[in-house]
Amino acid sequence: MSVLESMRSFMRRDQVFDFLIPDVPPNLDLTHGVILYLENLNVSFDGFKAINDLNLYIDDGELRCIIGPNGAGKTTMMDIITGKTKPDSGSAWFGQEINLLDMDEPEIATAGIGRKFQKPTVFEQHRVIDNLELAMAGDKRVWPTLTAHLNSAEQDRINEILKIINLEEHFSRRAGSLSHGQKQWLEIGMLLMQNPKLLLVDEPAAGMTHQEMDQTAELLTSLAGTHSVVVVEHDMDFVRSIANKVTVLHQGSVLAEGTMDEIQNNQQVIEVYLGE
Amino acid sequence: MTLLFTRQHLFLRLFFFCLSFWAMGHPCLATEDNSQLSHGLSQLIQGNFQRKEEAVKIIATSGDPRAEQILQALLAGKLYRIKRKDTLVYKEGKGKKVAITSVLTGESLGTVKKRAIKKITINNAIRGKLHGQLALINLKNPDSQIRLQAVNKLIPTLSPKSAGTLETLLQTERNDKVREALMTARAIIGLRDTEKPRRLEALDNLQGNLTPSVKNELIRLLTEEQDKEIHNKAQATLNGIQSKIKLYGLIEKLFFGLSLGSVLVLAAIGLAITFGVIGVINMAHGELIMLGAYTTYVIQQLMPNAIGTALLLSIPAAFIVSGATGILIERTVIRFLYGRPLETLLATFGISLILQQTVRTIFSPLNRSVSTPAWMSGSLQLNPVLSLTVNRITILVFALMVFAGLYMTLKKSSIGLQVRAAAQNRSMARAMGIKAARVDALTFGLGSGIAGIAGVALSQLTNVGPNLGQSYIIDSFMVVVFGGVGNLWGTLVGGLTLGVANKFFEPWTGAVLAKIVILVFIILFIQKRPQGLFPQKGRAGA
Amino acid sequence: MVVLKYLKQDRGGMITLGLIALLTIAVPICNLMVPEGNVFHVSTFTMTLLGKYLCYALLALAVDLVWGYLGILSLGHGAFFSLGGYAMGMYLMRQIGSRGVYGNPLLPDFMVFLNWEQLPWFWQGFQWFWFAMLMVVLVPALLAFVFGWFAFRSRVTGVYLSIMTQALTYALLLAFYRNEMGFGGNNGLTDFKDILGFSLQADATRVGLFIASGVALALGYLSCLYITRSRLGRLCTAIRDQEDRVRFIGFKVENIKLWIFTFSAILAGVAGALYVPHVGIINPNEFSPLASIEMVVWVAVGGRATLYGAVVGAIMVNYAKSYLTVAMPDAWLFALGALFVLVTLLLPRGVTGLVRKKEVDA
Repeated sequence: MSVLESMRSFMRRDQVFDFLIPDVPPNLDLTHGVILYLENLNVSFDGFKAINDLNLYIDDGELRCIIGPNGAGKTTMMDIITGKTKPDSGSAWFGQEINLLDMDEPEIATAGIGRKFQKPTVFEQHRVIDNLELAMAGDKRVWPTLTAHLNSAEQDRINEILKIINLEEHFSRRAGSLSHGQKQWLEIGMLLMQNPKLLLVDEPAAGMTHQEMDQTAELLTSLAGTHSVVVVEHDMDFVRSIANKVTVLHQGSVLAEGTMDEIQNNQQVIEVYLGE
Repeated sequence: MTLLFTRQHLFLRLFFFCLSFWAMGHPCLATEDNSQLSHGLSQLIQGNFQRKEEAVKIIATSGDPRAEQILQALLAGKLYRIKRKDTLVYKEGKGKKVAITSVLTGESLGTVKKRAIKKITINNAIRGKLHGQLALINLKNPDSQIRLQAVNKLIPTLSPKSAGTLETLLQTERNDKVREALMTARAIIGLRDTEKPRRLEALDNLQGNLTPSVKNELIRLLTEEQDKEIHNKAQATLNGIQSKIKLYGLIEKLFFGLSLGSVLVLAAIGLAITFGVIGVINMAHGELIMLGAYTTYVIQQLMPNAIGTALLLSIPAAFIVSGATGILIERTVIRFLYGRPLETLLATFGISLILQQTVRTIFSPLNRSVSTPAWMSGSLQLNPVLSLTVNRITILVFALMVFAGLYMTLKKSSIGLQVRAAAQNRSMARAMGIKAARVDALTFGLGSGIAGIAGVALSQLTNVGPNLGQSYIIDSFMVVVFGGVGNLWGTLVGGLTLGVANKFFEPWTGAVLAKIVILVFIILFIQKRPQGLFPQKGRAGA
Repeated sequence: MVVLKYLKQDRGGMITLGLIALLTIAVPICNLMVPEGNVFHVSTFTMTLLGKYLCYALLALAVDLVWGYLGILSLGHGAFFSLGGYAMGMYLMRQIGSRGVYGNPLLPDFMVFLNWEQLPWFWQGFQWFWFAMLMVVLVPALLAFVFGWFAFRSRVTGVYLSIMTQALTYALLLAFYRNEMGFGGNNGLTDFKDILGFSLQADATRVGLFIASGVALALGYLSCLYITRSRLGRLCTAIRDQEDRVRFIGFKVENIKLWIFTFSAILAGVAGALYVPHVGIINPNEFSPLASIEMVVWVAVGGRATLYGAVVGAIMVNYAKSYLTVAMPDAWLFALGALFVLVTLLLPRGVTGLVRKKEVDA
């Protein structure tokens, strides 16, 4: 009878109990070609509006530069996308399905958003390859991490990234002993190890020599296409060398958007930059 | 046999007679003769309790100025008679030889062996009577305070017979408080009246009366009263009184909580400065409080005759002692550890051990007690169920004053401005020409000095010992965390809230569990609001 | 075994483990086989003292694991140590049976003294050794888990967390002082008679306890070594140095902290359980904040973030304590206080840091 049936449905081998289904966010859905939607965001600290009705859309595979004077809300915007700061109102979606505001930093990182900080933050006590190994995409739960061992595929992946970030010779050096520019690269390398779909890169050219800067620009442009890249930068030459689309932030909202040339001739932008 | 006894008796009397001559040089004579008093006294000497009971009344109503002293002595068990003789004396001192004083003349009769005198014993019935009679005597005392006490004492022993006395007293009484007490007494008697309207009127007069006897009397009335109307009214009155008592109980608890809170604020506010401004958690903070308490002790030892002045002097002295110690700690240890908070915590803990052991070596591990000056002792009796101790009120006010002083210092003075600048942005402050090292040392000194002042206040509440500070460090830190780091208002509100919460939990859970509950609460609170009650807002730094 | 591979890379650890093994074998032999009066005889007193140090060393490992590697300065490990100790003490109390002063077959003496009618529910089951051992592990683990769950989830870090842990052990200290708690109040649990049927007074039992402590220390060392050298362990130091970065590469920092903290609490609990039969008493003083912070100084003296440093530090400081409290009782607290200050100011890498070669380009 139905008892037997319900027993059977209860014991079905091809299904697990609901509570055993891991709580994974839905897959990244890019059907509309837009990877990041920020809509009507507002954040205020102690009455100061750091983000004021911000709307920003990033397309899949795009390389976008964001510029703006100090206090324009660039870092705060990144904090919101990566889950570090929760906005007072507004919405932030990653693709069509993933609501970033419901997730914490690790969940957002695993969902496919990597972030490089303004100040290079690498694990200075660890070797370069350890830094990359720790950042590698994979099972990030506690027990699997305890028993994890590098297999050859993973080893190859690390070598590949080492090559991309020009640190092949330094693989066993302690990260703390790298130069400032090398640390920046290592951090970008760590982002790449995560296999992100969207990279948020905060001031990648700071403290770099011209040669290093060129290499960084080359690296970022090569990443675009397969990844979406958002670069926040102050150095206009650097921005010009990589960007085809630039967004100007001012007082927490978007002031102008367009190609570098358009931006440079925009009257409002000139006022903001030169008027102060 | 009888003859022998009498002779012996006579002999002894003679002996004592001579003895008193020898001791005093002249015979004891009543300076003022009052026949009723003498009659009473002679009654008192009789062994019989019933006679004594009558004697008490006779003495009390004699109107003699000595009567009160005699009855008091009788009550205290200090009234003796010389054996085999009718002379009544007061005994003073203890041991085999005691000094005696004549009851009638008030003159000293020298010392005698204790065996030679015999106590005038009383029983509980007489004791009750004595209380009542003494109160009646005091009712006519010129001091209104004593009269008030007398009325209050009289109230539990009232009988309808006293009604007349009360009426006469009411006619002459001018003092409001005494009048009020007398009215209460009259109303209580009214409750026992056989006539219904009188009882109803009495109930009206007793609305909201907090005198303890009123409550008892109402409870008695409720069990005995037959009349429905009166019963209901009495019940309503009783409920009114009880809810009022509950309210005052709440107020009292609130006061105790605020008092505890003020101590917490005092202890924590120095920590709030050192932790909030320099970001240093000073585990020796408790010991700086202890140093302040010991400073109070030492100054009081130096000026044993001027306790009040010594206490006032201790405030600046403790500030200087603790503040200097704080600056010393900052200059020799902490400044090498800036930016390494956990190491600072360990190093300052080491310092706290050294300070404790130093004090233990100098002052011994035993607790010392610091005396409280007269103007800080006693209590403020607001009504029969609510009295607030003066020292706690003083400390509450003192804590608020210290808070206000500190707040003004930080807000208005130039050093305060520098301190706040350094707290917000060290490197910027340095760029503006503020000598960060000097500001750090001064800030630390300020925080430590406040800890010393807290020690002065604490010495008035507890014994002073080497472990005094230890118990406050955790509590102080909880206050700072709860209130929000770097925010003086937070510390004030946090301290007072925790103090009050502690006192309100206590009756449910006991003191120890109350503490645990609060700890757990703070852990949960930080879960919800990691920045405390009053967070310092700012952009989350990358 | 991976652990052996790790051990090969840890020279200080190999030496320390070798010494522990030597001690665990030699001391019992010198105690049982070598006759008294011989130079090589080790008295039972000395052996018990050494056994106590081994327990402390295990405890120091637990502290080092969270402080040295994870950056959590726990000032509350005394709580886990004591809870493990109390669980063992409860078993030992139940073993006394009717041999107590009051001769009650079921109730320990202090309960008879308090006129208690029956055994409280939380004393049930402790007559079985296995149950007690389970509790030695479970109770500290549960406390650490619950505490950590709240604390790490709300991202309490640094000195806040330290003071929270101190408050935790302080609260337990207050609670265990109360007679009504049912753990013997001030006096704690004592007058133990035997363990697993062997008399605690017998030399052979003491030898057994000593060996058990040595083995526990070695196993504790190896498990800590395994953890710290694994990817998880490297992640721990990463959390210590750059907590945010670890979050942004997708690890749930609070979970890692929670599990390491819980494991550390278990180690501390086991150390406490071994400690109690050595010294024959457990009382609330073990919960005192001072006791917990002393453990931190062992690790600091030995050198944090090296496992053998923790072992060396625990043994050195406790030897000094045993010596000083007898020779100059007043000086001990001065010495301890000075040790805190000097180690943090002058020897941030501890004594083993003096011997250890400078780490590459650190």
